[in-house]
Amino acid sequence: MSSLQNFIKTFALWELLLGLRLTLKNLFVKKFTIRYPEERTPQSPRFRGLHALRRYPNGEERCIACKMCEAVCPALAITIDSEERDDGTRRTTRYDIDLFKCIYCGFCEEACPVDAIVETRIFEYHMEEQGQNIMTKDKLLAIGEKYDAMIAADKAADAEYR
Amino acid sequence: MSDEKITIEVDGRELEASPGQMLIDVTDEADIYIPRFCYHRKLSVAANCRMCLVQVENTPKPLPACATPVAPGMKVQTRNEYAIEAQKATMEFLLINHPLDCPICDQGGECELQDIAMGFGRDISRFNEGKRVVKARDMGPLVSADMTRCIHCTRCIRFGQEIAGIQELGTIGRGDRVEIGTYIERSVDHELSGNIIDLCPVGALNNKPYRMSARAWEMEQRSTIAPHDCLGSNMYAHVLRGTLKRVVPKDNDAINETWLSDRDRFSYEGIYSDDRLDQPLVREDGRLQLASWETALRKVAEGLSALVQKEGADAVGAWVSPSATVEEAYLAGRLLRHLGSGNIDHRLRRRDFRGQESEALMPTLGMPVAEVEALQNILVIGSNLRREVPLLAHRVRKAAEAGAGVSFINATDYEYLFRVANSIVNPAADFVAVLAATVEAAGGSIGFELENRQQVEEIHRNVVESLKLGRAGIFLGHMAQRHPAYARILQLAGQLAELTGATLGIISEGANAAGVAYAGALPHRGPAGSEVTTAGSDLGQMLASSIPGIVMLGVEPEFDCVDGVAALNALADAEFVVAMSPWLSSSATEYADVVLPIGTFAETSGTYINVEGTWQSFAGVARPVAEARPGWKVLRVLGNLLDVPGFNYVSSEEVRDELRSLPYRATDATQTELEAAAAVSVKASELDVPMYSVDALVRRASSLQQTQDSVPEWRKTA
Repeated sequence: MSSLQNFIKTFALWELLLGLRLTLKNLFVKKFTIRYPEERTPQSPRFRGLHALRRYPNGEERCIACKMCEAVCPALAITIDSEERDDGTRRTTRYDIDLFKCIYCGFCEEACPVDAIVETRIFEYHMEEQGQNIMTKDKLLAIGEKYDAMIAADKAADAEYR
Repeated sequence: MSDEKITIEVDGRELEASPGQMLIDVTDEADIYIPRFCYHRKLSVAANCRMCLVQVENTPKPLPACATPVAPGMKVQTRNEYAIEAQKATMEFLLINHPLDCPICDQGGECELQDIAMGFGRDISRFNEGKRVVKARDMGPLVSADMTRCIHCTRCIRFGQEIAGIQELGTIGRGDRVEIGTYIERSVDHELSGNIIDLCPVGALNNKPYRMSARAWEMEQRSTIAPHDCLGSNMYAHVLRGTLKRVVPKDNDAINETWLSDRDRFSYEGIYSDDRLDQPLVREDGRLQLASWETALRKVAEGLSALVQKEGADAVGAWVSPSATVEEAYLAGRLLRHLGSGNIDHRLRRRDFRGQESEALMPTLGMPVAEVEALQNILVIGSNLRREVPLLAHRVRKAAEAGAGVSFINATDYEYLFRVANSIVNPAADFVAVLAATVEAAGGSIGFELENRQQVEEIHRNVVESLKLGRAGIFLGHMAQRHPAYARILQLAGQLAELTGATLGIISEGANAAGVAYAGALPHRGPAGSEVTTAGSDLGQMLASSIPGIVMLGVEPEFDCVDGVAALNALADAEFVVAMSPWLSSSATEYADVVLPIGTFAETSGTYINVEGTWQSFAGVARPVAEARPGWKVLRVLGNLLDVPGFNYVSSEEVRDELRSLPYRATDATQTELEAAAAVSVKASELDVPMYSVDALVRRASSLQQTQDSVPEWRKTA
């Protein structure tokens, strides 16, 4: 009995029709693909993308080289050297994040006592040469300056949940 | 204290204790933890932090464990609700005025307050009033002071009073206005003052050169041995990514207890000084040029063998630093003796080499370092003890505090910081005369002609009488050893020791004078005191006769040799000079033909033998700077190039074990007749070397060079 059924189904292209039914159904469903890069998915203010180092409104860098981020980093992606600056404050002389090592867990941001290191919404970046995966202090500060408004807005949006 | 024991009960456990012992000592021995700030086992009890409050049965209030003597049948609770509540309350008060600047505080991660706050602190502060701020003070180049963080445990003050012997810090004000400071604006200058950094339980007093350069948790801790004085203090090197960041003491009650001298603590800065060599240098066309190790070593081997062929084996000599490791000295000695020369010496600051045959194989104290504090009487000859070996001076001070009579024969009446029984101050040239008078006071006869004889006086008799009482020691300091009539001084001191029954000890120069001597870096003795076929020239003769080939191991002749000018002249006259040194000094660019960059004490493995004769081996702790290589490896390859047989060592331990396996030959102690020397004229300023100028490493330690003690004693008083 079942072998006869199978025989008929095979020649009637029954399985194919079943598949086409799903296709036909989806023709009338609302699409959820987007036309990246013209269209974009919404992002949470907590999105964890490229890192940035922030400054205070007066231009002073926030980072105080406490090395909490370096200590908490599970991928050992952060390397910091510090010294006493001429004005007696504790500052970094080197702040490197290896983007190849980084797993974007956001622990550095959580650990930071002065909100200096943050992960921004930026996720589209690339490297062309070896060594560009190392985000130096200058690069991180430059990102922080460029996207300052965005970072501040994200922090403000997230503040009430903290 | 009698041997009888009493039993107390702590947290339900029966513990044995001696009567009179403090509760905290008993619980510490039993591994029962009681939090504390002001208590320190080497300091007196202050009981002012109140952190160690515990409940003792039948007392109306909680008692501080550090100041509560045990009593028979005492029942103590350290962890019940009552005790914990008391401890938490104390913690809350301590944290009222303590700033929350842990992220920028160097103590963060190794802070007692931070640790105890984790266990006994509240998570939220109830204190809404303004916090106290204390203005930062400048306490000199070694200790940074952020006194806002101070919790007034007074450990630093008690250290000054009890250990250093000079109270540099004290409290001003009362209540919540108490401040700890130097009273007037001045630096902390004592040669042990760095220890207040370790004593401070919070970040108030901290290491200034290390300030803000690393965090406690990211460094590796490796044991090593201090490279500057003959004590061989045990210490930990803290290393971050191969770079030595700071040095802290390692407890060893037999040697340095829990202390470390500033010289040993801060000298590491010299490792990374600007004139550190990256690569070997070879002289070509009259200028030193960068070269590979291969070229440089080949050049040395060729240069030395050519000289030996042309002018005979005696044309080559080696000057070895008394702070070189045993292995380096042993290999250098073997290498030179293979070439047929015996011209090797490490006694760079010696003026008098007479009587060297009868000197002991290793200059030692003749007793363990820890026993010095148990001596009943001590005579120190020619020594600025505090500046020469700070922690030995501390032992002597402990003896003096315990009632020992400490006498000095010196050229200057130094500040010893303890009660001195007899101080015989005479011009340095008269040391022999003073000793001769002392020997005569003891009933001996000196047996040689002496021009400037001194009358036997009351003070000489006093010294002799004291030495005859109880256990006594006679110590010869650095200035005695640098004296132009050292042989006589040694002879007379030996005679005095024999007459009075005291032990004669020598406080040797450098970190490893005993080890280097044992390894055979002497013209008249081979390794382990073995006889040499041909005795070579000592350093004095080498300087006078200007030999054409000189190999220097860790020596900066212009500063390390007794006569810097003569040394430089000898080097200028020499045909072929090899300098093995971690640094390139400006004078080396003039005289050296090949400069081989070797590692400092931190970058090489090796062994030091300290002044009590203890062999202390250590591994390299930091990564060698650039192309620098451990000295023993350089010498080993050089030995291979010169075809020295049996020179295939793979580790420094192998070299050490070979030396240790050599049969020890005791020296012939019978005093050889000293040839009479002309009357000596020497000034104390010529004998004294400022404590932060003793070797190449410490001369480059920039923070130490900014201290008061970097200035010679004679210039300070002038």
